[in-house]
Amino acid sequence: MILVLAVVIACAVFALSLGRAMLSLDPAPLRLAGQVTERLEESGVTHPVTAVLLNFRGYDTLLEIAVLLLALLGILAVSGNERSAPHGIAAAAQPLLQSLARIVVPLMVLVAIYLLWAGAHRPGGAFQAGAVLASAGILLYLAGLLPAWSAPGFRLRLGISAGFLVFVVIAMMPLLFGGALLQYPAGWASALIVAIEAGLSFSLSLILAGQFLWLPNEDEEAEE
Amino acid sequence: MTALAFDLLLALALVWSAVRALTVRDLFHAVILFIVFGLLMALAWARLDAPDIALAEAAIGAGLSGALLLDTVGHLRACGRKDRPS
Repeated sequence: MILVLAVVIACAVFALSLGRAMLSLDPAPLRLAGQVTERLEESGVTHPVTAVLLNFRGYDTLLEIAVLLLALLGILAVSGNERSAPHGIAAAAQPLLQSLARIVVPLMVLVAIYLLWAGAHRPGGAFQAGAVLASAGILLYLAGLLPAWSAPGFRLRLGISAGFLVFVVIAMMPLLFGGALLQYPAGWASALIVAIEAGLSFSLSLILAGQFLWLPNEDEEAEE
Repeated sequence: MTALAFDLLLALALVWSAVRALTVRDLFHAVILFIVFGLLMALAWARLDAPDIALAEAAIGAGLSGALLLDTVGHLRACGRKDRPS
């Protein structure tokens, strides 16, 4: 009881000090929004969020995809070769779920392509498109239309790392011509951002779906 | 006025689902409450005029993480069933 009381008091003190720190902050010491709007025309896209993510702060996005790739490599390393035996299709295959998946998955692919294309000028982008594609893959697996992945083959490995590799190549390219890392050549920003985003969504969908489809599927589950 | 009432309700529901997700004993219920929390959070981002984050939260936070957690609960139950008779 005393412990619970101590935790509650500690939480309250922490919340109060957080609130005090927030209130004592200077109001907007940097006008980042204004700076983004001023330079938006040079970024190659018209949506400020995409401009920040893939042009002004492209470094962060590059590291983000690297982190996701590392996470998947970690999962593969931990799970090891124990389940090299190919797994069958998910057992709980229900006709209703299957026919629903057959209707919904093409729509999800369409939505993903729209999100990718819309990213340049309105909310959307590679991460959302990749997540929708990955959800379509997981839905297919749960409906019993797609088998779980056993060991990653060469093509799958290539697909998983393609987004990161494309991003790194495009980021390094200006270094050869005396530019800075991630400095898109003038006039090319728009096309390069679309190329990066397409690669990112493709690899992200494989990475996110892989975290699900590569989880160990024990035989006990097949009996359920 | 309606908007304010909706926001207050949303904030209350967020805190409620977060507390319930952490305190409920059954893991399956906790995961469902986590998904509910994620969807409410997406709604909150949309109310804050951040549709990009709302999309990401709905797709990754609620959808994919929820599916992963549900899968984990399934595995834990399968393991438990295997261990119990021995």
